Amino acid sequence: MSPENYLILSAILFSIGIFGVMVRRNALVAFMSIELMLNASNLALVTFSNMHAGNSGFVLDGQIFAFFVMVVAAAEVVVGLAIIVSIFRTRRSASVDDASLLKF
Amino acid sequence: MDLSHTIMFSYAWLLIAIPLAGATILLLLGSAAKKWGHWLGTAVALASFVYGACLFAEMFLAPAEQRATDVPVYTLIDVGTWHVTFGLLIDQLSVLFILLITGVGSLIHIYSIGYMAHDERRSRFFGYLNLFIAAMLLLVTADSYLLMFFGWEGVGLASYLLISFWQERPAAAAAGKKAFVMNRIGDLGVILAMSLLFTTVGSVQYSEVFAAANRIPVATATLIGFFLLLGACGKSAQVPLQAWLLDAMEGPTPVSALIHAATMVTAGVYVITRSGAIFDHAPAAATGVVIVGTVTMLAGAWIGTSKDDIKKALAGSTMSQIGYMMMAAGIGGPAYAYAIFHLLTHGFFKANMFLGAGSVMHGMDDDVNMRRMGGLAKFMRITTVTFAMGYLAIIGFPLFSGFFSKDHIIVAAFGYNPVIGICAMIGALITAYYMTRMMLLTFYGKRRWVEPQEANPNRLPVRHPHESPLTMTIPLIVLALFSIGAGLLMNHWIGQWLHPVTDPAHPHEVTFGEGLIEAFTNPLAWITLVLVAIGIGLGWLVFGRNRDIPLEAPRPNLAEQIGRNDLYGDAINNAAVVHPFLAGTEGVAKADEGIIDGVAVGSAGVIGGLSTQLKRAQTGYVRSYAVTMTAGVIVVGLVLILGQLA
Repeated sequence: MSPENYLILSAILFSIGIFGVMVRRNALVAFMSIELMLNASNLALVTFSNMHAGNSGFVLDGQIFAFFVMVVAAAEVVVGLAIIVSIFRTRRSASVDDASLLKF
Repeated sequence: MDLSHTIMFSYAWLLIAIPLAGATILLLLGSAAKKWGHWLGTAVALASFVYGACLFAEMFLAPAEQRATDVPVYTLIDVGTWHVTFGLLIDQLSVLFILLITGVGSLIHIYSIGYMAHDERRSRFFGYLNLFIAAMLLLVTADSYLLMFFGWEGVGLASYLLISFWQERPAAAAAGKKAFVMNRIGDLGVILAMSLLFTTVGSVQYSEVFAAANRIPVATATLIGFFLLLGACGKSAQVPLQAWLLDAMEGPTPVSALIHAATMVTAGVYVITRSGAIFDHAPAAATGVVIVGTVTMLAGAWIGTSKDDIKKALAGSTMSQIGYMMMAAGIGGPAYAYAIFHLLTHGFFKANMFLGAGSVMHGMDDDVNMRRMGGLAKFMRITTVTFAMGYLAIIGFPLFSGFFSKDHIIVAAFGYNPVIGICAMIGALITAYYMTRMMLLTFYGKRRWVEPQEANPNRLPVRHPHESPLTMTIPLIVLALFSIGAGLLMNHWIGQWLHPVTDPAHPHEVTFGEGLIEAFTNPLAWITLVLVAIGIGLGWLVFGRNRDIPLEAPRPNLAEQIGRNDLYGDAINNAAVVHPFLAGTEGVAKADEGIIDGVAVGSAGVIGGLSTQLKRAQTGYVRSYAVTMTAGVIVVGLVLILGQLA
């Protein structure tokens, strides 16, 4: 299968993620959208790595980078979920629009 | 070969360090030194005098070519080819100054013990006096213009502190400030002269400057000469920077005697004499010195004729006498020695008369107005007699000290230019007139005051005049003796003594020896004597003959009117300098507020207004930030893609 298809899939997933972040109020959904964007970029990285290897070599740069992204994402999820949970506990709401105190 | 290997000379810095240490101790301890401060102050002045006298004795006994001694003290800067060393130049000229400063200074310290006895801050006064002695010694012994300038500023500081010593009086505070500011103008001249010397000669060391003086272009040398003259005008109260000296009389009388008569105000004459090599090379600048001296000599005498304040009349006289010295210093050649000769004799007789005036004030409840005095001769015998010795010396009575020194200057002035010579003679006439006036108003004639127990039908001021204590009369007696004898003592000697300094190019030709004879054989001297007699006669006609002197000055004639207003020196300064400068500063202040501050405040306002609008973008909604960010990424991506395509 042509690698372009993987890239198109990656672009679709990334756009869905962006769209989700921009329009959904629920913090958990926005968070999931961010994860979706990360995974879309992981897919693109692996695809590029595969394309780069071509016929001759054996390149795993993209795959390794994807692992790094996953590790950082996992760490970030821990922090992010903790913040969301503590906000929910104090305000009984997970809407990102309610948490808008940090402004002019 | 010089004397720098001898013990006395190698420790010559002690001369300055001793009074400086005295000043430091007295000023640091403050009121803790109240009980003994005046004794310490006097002791260090005397110690300095003894040290100076030993230096003089050693120099006197040494052969002439070994006398000038440069004592290195320490190296300030030693980088590559740039060496700045501090040293003391003790030669025939500076040693005379050392004796004058420490000798008259010690006498005035002793006098001040009595004069300032009732002052709360007497030990501080002595601290300032010691500071002055140290700075003045540094001024005259420095071996470079730079080090001399340290002393120059030091005496300016001491003068300021002492003029405004009674700082609670607004007039004294203002007078100190005035003296300080006017001296700054002169200091600017000295700084400019030093800068010019540094660029043309590459050094401000006396020895190097004078050795190279002939190689300085004449135009530059003239400029240097005029800058030095500006400095001398400021320090020595010469026209056009004369106005501060009369106000300086607000200070305690010993200060007027020491600083504003005997020593500090003569520093300008010292600098010009010391820089003789430069002035010899710049005749235009030397002519300038003569003209300034002549004008000041007449202006000071004019002021002296019309002041009723005894100290201000003496201050006018001081200006006038320094004018004589400047005249001689400008004429140059052998006249340098005459300038220094007159400087020394003037130091004695003018300090004597100022201290005598202080003694009169002491007995007359600090009144300075001569119209409320009169007939004091019976009540203050010692003061009267000593003052009379000063009087005879300053008018040039034969064989008194001023007779010799002033005669030399008048003869030299005639040799230089008949107009200047005639001015010098007229000055002698006016001097005799105003000094006779002062004598008659103060010590003779009818009493214009009453003693407390006497009937007082005319409402005269009540006074209880009495002779001053011994601490005040002994210095008067010593100074009176010098006023009588100093001229006779030095007349034959000083020209030869100073010759190696004033005319280093011809160390063996002495053109100064006929002094005593000249004073009696030269017709000019006889004419001067006649003029002096006329001056005395005029003074006696106007103020003598037991005439009634009104307590309030009568309506003055035009000449008196001008003299009483210091020849409108303050008005001229105000119109020419102060008001234009004040208007200028006001304009600059307005420009600062309007333009500079306007730009700053305006730009701050613009930024502030913009940020008030921009901060509305910070809504606090995460989703709107996400939109902004996405839009930004899209824009950046588009730019990159378009950049690739183009």
